[in-house]
Amino acid sequence: MIENLRTEVEQICKSCGNDRTKMMDIVRQVQEKFGQVSSEAMDVISQSVNCTRVEVESVVSFYAFLSKTSKGKVVIRLCNDVVDKMAGLTPVAEAFKKELGIDFGQTTPDGKITLEYTPCIGMCDQAPAALVNDEVVTYLSTDKVKELVADIRKHYDPNKLKHRLGDGNNATDLVHSCVHNGIRKKGRVIFSEYKQEAGLRNALAVSPVEVINEVKNARLRGRGGAGFPTGMKWQFTRAAEGTKKYILCNADEGEPGTFKDRVILTERADMLFEGMTIGGYAIGAESGILYLRGEYAYLRKLLEKVLKDRRDKNLLGKDILGRKGFNFDISIQMGAGAYICGEETALISSCEGLRGDPKTRPPFPAQKGYMGCPSAVNNVETLCCVARILEMGAAWFAEVGSKGSPSTKLLSVSGDCRLPGVYEFPFGIKVSDLLKEVGADDAQAVLVGGPSGQIIGPNDYKRTICYDDLATGGAVVVFGPERDMVKIAAEYMDFFVEESCGYCTPCRVGNVLLKKYLDKILDGKGEPSDLDFLKSLGESIKLTSRCGLGQTSPNPVLTTLKNFRSAYESKVKPAENKFQPTFDIKKAVAVHESIANRKSVIFTE
Amino acid sequence: MSDQITFTIDGVEVKAKPGQTIMQAADDAGIYIPRLCYHPELTAHGSCRVCTVIVNGKPQTACTQPAAEGMIVENDTPELLEHRRNLVDMLFVEGNHLCMFCERSGNCELQAMAYRLGILAPKYPYFYPDKPVDSTHKDIFLELNRCILCGRCVNASKDVDGKGVFDFVGRSIDKKIAVNSDKNLKDTTMAVTDKAAQVCPVGSINKKGTAFKIPYGSDIEHKK
Repeated sequence: MIENLRTEVEQICKSCGNDRTKMMDIVRQVQEKFGQVSSEAMDVISQSVNCTRVEVESVVSFYAFLSKTSKGKVVIRLCNDVVDKMAGLTPVAEAFKKELGIDFGQTTPDGKITLEYTPCIGMCDQAPAALVNDEVVTYLSTDKVKELVADIRKHYDPNKLKHRLGDGNNATDLVHSCVHNGIRKKGRVIFSEYKQEAGLRNALAVSPVEVINEVKNARLRGRGGAGFPTGMKWQFTRAAEGTKKYILCNADEGEPGTFKDRVILTERADMLFEGMTIGGYAIGAESGILYLRGEYAYLRKLLEKVLKDRRDKNLLGKDILGRKGFNFDISIQMGAGAYICGEETALISSCEGLRGDPKTRPPFPAQKGYMGCPSAVNNVETLCCVARILEMGAAWFAEVGSKGSPSTKLLSVSGDCRLPGVYEFPFGIKVSDLLKEVGADDAQAVLVGGPSGQIIGPNDYKRTICYDDLATGGAVVVFGPERDMVKIAAEYMDFFVEESCGYCTPCRVGNVLLKKYLDKILDGKGEPSDLDFLKSLGESIKLTSRCGLGQTSPNPVLTTLKNFRSAYESKVKPAENKFQPTFDIKKAVAVHESIANRKSVIFTE
Repeated sequence: MSDQITFTIDGVEVKAKPGQTIMQAADDAGIYIPRLCYHPELTAHGSCRVCTVIVNGKPQTACTQPAAEGMIVENDTPELLEHRRNLVDMLFVEGNHLCMFCERSGNCELQAMAYRLGILAPKYPYFYPDKPVDSTHKDIFLELNRCILCGRCVNASKDVDGKGVFDFVGRSIDKKIAVNSDKNLKDTTMAVTDKAAQVCPVGSINKKGTAFKIPYGSDIEHKK
């Protein structure tokens, strides 16, 4: 068995060129083959790619989809995002436990099925949802869980699961998924009819600098949320010294409540790759990498096929579309379950086969990115916009939208609304208008931009969605009147605690503290001073954290404290006695009581 | 182009050589910026965040931010003192830092920083981690419950010793130091003479047989 493992792991390493920077591909394949990356496998990998064993372990232990200990042939990962909880996660979770006879984090005694929780898998509009290995199952109910588990037990092969098919490309053999796109509103940029490759042809007819100027004229800003001007990013990358350059597409859509890139990847892959090719031409790159989150592995075959077709049509490869000297190709790098890899420098670390730790800045990726080469990292939607800008022109692109935020934005709407799904709206739309459109008449609160964004209340519904007011990468989650906003904040903090890379003190420790204090308040043991404490701690985390994750992680707490103060105030009260409310003296003396074999005479009931 | 950079820290003019960080320039100029993970002989890690300063209005870590002409750096301010206290507090409660029983007491950079910042007791609740102690190596013992994840041993072993005995494993609050073996420190190539054995700022990597040899008051941190 051990010898068999050695041979097979060596074979996997060899197929990856025994290249240490291909570590993600290696460990993913080993995980898939053996259900774990065992200690023995780590030894073999380290010998094959010439690194230390602990370096392999540092990677394996970082990503949620990789494990040192053995997992079942089938791993069920039930999404425990806030939206799934609102959609009835608890009975579904109980049904899984009952049907499988195990708890979360366990494997069935026959070693065949593992049950786990996982954060947002990008299916909030069809929650509760789960992953069964790479396959997605949606709209789960207790009955459906029963059928699903029975189905899995027939063959233990997620590919053979019986389910209806979703719409569009979800129904193709390449995807064969029950996921449905949920496109509710088609805007002019992403989901309207377009002339495929016209943008690329126009780009190749002019110089790279002119392409960058066109993108600048369109005033395109990054659609991932941060809103950095794309043209400027490309200009820096183009100007940076280095013979090799890279364009990376961030398809690690992990912000809870965001699923718009899922739909682009399903229905507009050509547009995305066209935009990426234009980007490669603009910055002077010969290689592009699509970093695809592990949760979207079910789309990989489709994306690979689109790439192959593009190579066949000379839309990728050498002298693209007859443009002499423009060689460009795109590869796919799979992630393995880490929200932090959506941070651009962490994404680069992951592509390099490392832990998904963000890098020290400066240097910025435009100067020293992937493998130390100048790199541009762009969001999926941003690159689609590029294709349309080059097709239709900067003026057309900026015709709609608001002053500082031209054109449209995809919003993924979920939560307490009648019409969850993907909407393409011009920037500048009022929150109240959006709520009307999505069928949310009595929203108590709206999360704009995911938990790293803001949770606003009705006083702010007159505000607009754009870079200068309420910026968002696309997530909009609606909370109805019956939701407890302190609990929602605490649940989002669970997410950040779990997804912190652990590199810097404030994010690693501070978020755990925020969560502890929220739990204390929810437990009825909060004091009024705890609210100032949360604010002060949250501000320290914001100011001192090393990357965007940490700098925004206290937002669920800070924005609810600001906008839903009364929800907190109704839960805290001054301590009744000199003891801290969290200190349970009865519990503290219990051990000693058992040793002394008598009850305390002072601390009685 | 001038080969010297001029900028200010708390209004005091400081000169820096091109390529120097704010921290290096400040040290050369005799201005102290609080720090923990930083070690002058190793690659800056930038993880503890204690050296956070405000550069032209934006927070940056002095150990990683290159000095630039005309930049205005704020260092010794009441706001930053508060943030630094919070950070050091976090490091205290995350581990088991029982100074009164620790052989590194008086020779510990975390303890010294707490004194410097005026922390008498952490205001956060303790986490009480329970990581196993590794005393298998004949000359060294590892007490990871005191580790502040500064990365010095990782970088020293990789870059100076050329061994790679240490690395980080896990993530979030479960992130910790691991050794390059499935077993213990004794099963690695670690030697007591390694740089990695000399750089731990706290009582995590300890040389056996040296505890309590120096009387309190005459040890390194007290002499400073």
